[in-house]
Amino acid sequence: MTALYLLDLVLVPAILLAACTAVGTRDRFAAVVSFIVYGLLLAIAWVRLGAVDVALAEAAIGAGLTGVLLLGALARMGRRADEAAAAGPPGRTLRLGAAALGAAVAAGIAAAVLALPEPAPQLSGAVAEALPALGLGNPVTGVLLAFRGYDTLLEAVVLLLALLGIWSLAPDPAWGGLPGLRHRARPEGVLAWLGRLLPPVGIVVGLYVFWVGADRPGGAFQAGTILAAVWILAVMSALVEPPAVRSLALRLALVAGPALFLAVGFAGLGLAGAFLGYPAAAGWAKPLILLVEAGLTLSIAATLALLVAGTPERAAG
Amino acid sequence: MSAWDLFTLAAVAAGAFFFLAGTVGLLRFPDVFTRLHALTKADNLGLGLIVLGLLPRAEGVFGALKLVAVWLLALLAAATVAQLVARLARREGDAGA
Repeated sequence: MTALYLLDLVLVPAILLAACTAVGTRDRFAAVVSFIVYGLLLAIAWVRLGAVDVALAEAAIGAGLTGVLLLGALARMGRRADEAAAAGPPGRTLRLGAAALGAAVAAGIAAAVLALPEPAPQLSGAVAEALPALGLGNPVTGVLLAFRGYDTLLEAVVLLLALLGIWSLAPDPAWGGLPGLRHRARPEGVLAWLGRLLPPVGIVVGLYVFWVGADRPGGAFQAGTILAAVWILAVMSALVEPPAVRSLALRLALVAGPALFLAVGFAGLGLAGAFLGYPAAAGWAKPLILLVEAGLTLSIAATLALLVAGTPERAAG
Repeated sequence: MSAWDLFTLAAVAAGAFFFLAGTVGLLRFPDVFTRLHALTKADNLGLGLIVLGLLPRAEGVFGALKLVAVWLLALLAAATVAQLVARLARREGDAGA
């Protein structure tokens, strides 16, 4: 046990250091790299707290996907470095205001956490009691897909809205066209080689993480991120072109998950007497949940991949 | 303490040593290429030794295979990224930076 506490003693200052570096450094690239390191360290912290589902999501989405998005934003900022330099750094008032607001939020959260009664109120007992009715083994999946299905449905929709926001930045001639700039890689190069070698492995791992989510840590969000990463790698290796965003198949893939979730939710009105309810008859809940998770995995993978691919910039040929 | 425990201890300690050596190389070596050399070689061997040490403690054959797969994937990623970083450093000609 003491060895694990030693690990915590190293881990917590390292997380704080990475967070401070990400916020404090003037070098933008160093800031992004620190943020990715921060996410990975945070994932280890979640493992230490026994929240493996959260750790997977943090590593895949918090560190991996957000890191790639930030690196992409950074590469684009480089082109407009002159404009940024002309505008100058934000003034002292703005920086102090941002610091004050950030500190107020942190203080508020800290106060809320410290004000919790001992033992903290929790619903884990209720979840454990109700879980067998769903036929699931992973309580996190039970909470995400059944007990708090609303949250998950809205999260999936929010991802779609974010993608619409990115698409709406497209210049008129490129509207409906191919997202992002053309990627180049030497066809015999090491990146193209990795782009051919890794996708089969990545697809198997992604599907495994989706399937295992019913009973063990995993699920649609983590699996979707892995599948999105596979696709992004293939695009970066110039092995495939991203589809034009007006493609019907692509749009169906994007809305399949939320639409399926909504359909099952409305079916719940008739079958279980509540929106997003599952039929009480034994053996119905788990197949429905797996169906929704499968749709969500597809949609999340497509949405995240296109978030990274970016704004349509080239007219479809 | 069984012989397997001793094996785990020795292999993981050796792996940690290679991580330490790789980190020292990363901090001390003069340019991008030598730093990459230190990082990839030492980390691959370090992770390999740690995986080797953990194999006797894995949950069954599939657990062991997963550990080995993690090592192989890390090898693959590290080797590829090292190539890409080195190529970029050579093209930009700031290998000494």
